[in-house]
Amino acid sequence: MDKVRTTPNTTADRIRKYLKEGKRFDGRNTEDFRELVIEKGVSCKAEGSVRVKLGKTEVIVGVKMGVSEPYADSPTKGNLMVTAELLPLSSPRFESGPPRFDAIELGRVTDRGLRESGFVDFDKLCIIPGEKVWTVFVDVYSINDDGNLMDAATIGAIAAMKIAKIPKYDKEEGKVLFDELTDEGLPLTDHVPVAISVHKIGNALIVDPTREEEDISECRVTMGSSKGIISSLQKSNSKPLEMDEIKRVFEIATKVSDEINKKIDKALK
Amino acid sequence: MDRKVVIPGEIIIDGDEYLPGENTEKKEGKIYSLRYGLAEEQNNLIKVIPLSGVYSPRRGNIVIGKVENVTANGWLIDIGYADSAFLSLMEVPRFVNKDAMEEVLDIDDMVLAKIWSINKRGIDLSLKSRGLGKIEDGIIFEVNPNKVPRIIGKEGSMIKLIKDNTGCDVTVGQNGFVLIKGETISSELYAKRAVLFVAENSYVSGLTEAVDKWFKENKE
Amino acid sequence: MAEKFNRPDGRELTELRETKAKVGVVPNADGSAMFQQGKTIAIAAVYGPKKMHPQHQQDPRTGQLRCEYNMLSFSVSDRIRPGRNRRAMEISEITKWALEPVLMLDKYPGQVVDVHINIIQADAGTRCAGINAAAMALAHAGIPMKEMVSSISIGKLDKTMVVDLTKEEEDYHEGEGPTDIPISMTPSGKVTHMQLDGKIGVKQLQEAVDMAKVACQNILEIQKKALKDFIEGDKK
Repeated sequence: MDKVRTTPNTTADRIRKYLKEGKRFDGRNTEDFRELVIEKGVSCKAEGSVRVKLGKTEVIVGVKMGVSEPYADSPTKGNLMVTAELLPLSSPRFESGPPRFDAIELGRVTDRGLRESGFVDFDKLCIIPGEKVWTVFVDVYSINDDGNLMDAATIGAIAAMKIAKIPKYDKEEGKVLFDELTDEGLPLTDHVPVAISVHKIGNALIVDPTREEEDISECRVTMGSSKGIISSLQKSNSKPLEMDEIKRVFEIATKVSDEINKKIDKALK
Repeated sequence: MDRKVVIPGEIIIDGDEYLPGENTEKKEGKIYSLRYGLAEEQNNLIKVIPLSGVYSPRRGNIVIGKVENVTANGWLIDIGYADSAFLSLMEVPRFVNKDAMEEVLDIDDMVLAKIWSINKRGIDLSLKSRGLGKIEDGIIFEVNPNKVPRIIGKEGSMIKLIKDNTGCDVTVGQNGFVLIKGETISSELYAKRAVLFVAENSYVSGLTEAVDKWFKENKE
Repeated sequence: MAEKFNRPDGRELTELRETKAKVGVVPNADGSAMFQQGKTIAIAAVYGPKKMHPQHQQDPRTGQLRCEYNMLSFSVSDRIRPGRNRRAMEISEITKWALEPVLMLDKYPGQVVDVHINIIQADAGTRCAGINAAAMALAHAGIPMKEMVSSISIGKLDKTMVVDLTKEEEDYHEGEGPTDIPISMTPSGKVTHMQLDGKIGVKQLQEAVDMAKVACQNILEIQKKALKDFIEGDKK
């Protein structure tokens, strides 16, 4: 067996028991996040990039822009493409090879949260209607997995998009001048869809699980919202939730979402 | 020679009187390091103590492992090494009903065991010593196995210091797994934080004083 | 070569770019390191020795080394589509050849050491930065090694030999144009990796090897300092 170990059952019992008293191993309350650190400008080749740390969990996210033809059904709208990679570098549990379901889900859930909220004004990403529009590529990479890569990814994506600058576009040549960024940021609105994952462990509902907690999570609901308006949701894993539990999840996720949104702004200043 | 950090290929010391010990080699009268770690000298014998890296099993090691599988005549145990270890039925110090081996140890159970043999076929474990067997409860977590000697301390002095201050039993597997059992979960977590403090500061000189100070500054 | 050749960034001909290194950048890994040469940043993580999967690839006589080199999509101006490509696969193998000669893996039959290299920001010399980071990560992972490996790209711009090319220099178009020669060496002078792209005569290529020797000694000092700082920082 190589170092692909999950939380020992005796430890798991203790975590559950402690949660019954509303307490967590690292002293946090059930609705507290770990310390959030956002470092700007991880790659100077990106139009915007950040490193996000939640405790020992770390992701880096970069925004790249490209110019392409718009889709036929939306000739004046730009595009957004979000991908996530669980790098084998970041955990003994991630293997090389084609993306596993976890990575695909991570990318898709992050993508939906950003897309459906109205965070991006896609009309403003149009260069020549019907001919040329901007595509915003947001790529998320895990650097160290100590639980809750999901929320770290969204936080990173939002932060990177907020600081990204659009490069110059030479209409004559049809070329993007990547070395000449304009002062213009991405056309974003104030509907900032910070997605928060709520995990069920026993009867407890917690946010921002550590690796140990995530290992014994029975069910996860990831919900993107902004000021109480929900724009994306995914319930994962086969364990069901009671109706009153899922209703509580909505309240927790929307509340924490607004808190984290403020923290992102503070970190970016 | 004073202890010093060395990297692979570094000349530790030059002189014909020195002998190459663990993780070193001698070439043209010079002792070279073959590993990243702390070089030290004892009676002209030079060795390098690794400070990082995966667990390497030794005979006689007490380890904490996880049951991976139950076979016809024993259990496969993950001890955090490339190969699984084997615990034979014969090495359990009591009668085991072959049809109900899960009652003794089931998949995912944690177990405290001793390595009694390492050979070409693999690593064999035994429960035939006092205190060994299935771990019924307690917090188990991992530290780098190279830090284990410091967590135990000279003749168990560091463990004793932690026990005295937290009231918890601390069992350290040579493979880096640590088991903590106490009256309350809060006291166990206090002991866990102390162990992690030792692991993180394991190369501080005067570690015992530092841990003493830590306990004074970090009352539960 | 009567007049002095001016490098675009004003460096001396044999001067390295500003170089930084750090150990322990990925807490989950058994060993990890970051190596930065100018604007090129590589991080490497080592897992193992561990059991080789798939099993049929196990070698009962010795442990094996696997390397994976990957550029992040936003490490260059034109976004790279995530996933493996031929260039990355070739550099992965080159990296393995560069590092394998110093490793003593015979102590780990049937096992594997995985090295994952990711380029976060690229300004030429990414394979060299990757190899430098990987050698540090392997040492940090406690893998027995005869010695370290250090890597540098030597260049010939028109007729002038220089050390540690940037992307701008790789694209040099005057006279004979650019020649790029990445070389990896051990402190005892063993060449474990060498490639060449361009046009150069035997004499100058021999000179390139000598220049690499000196540059690699400087890089070794940086690798060594980062490895020592990682523990001595611990010691306080």
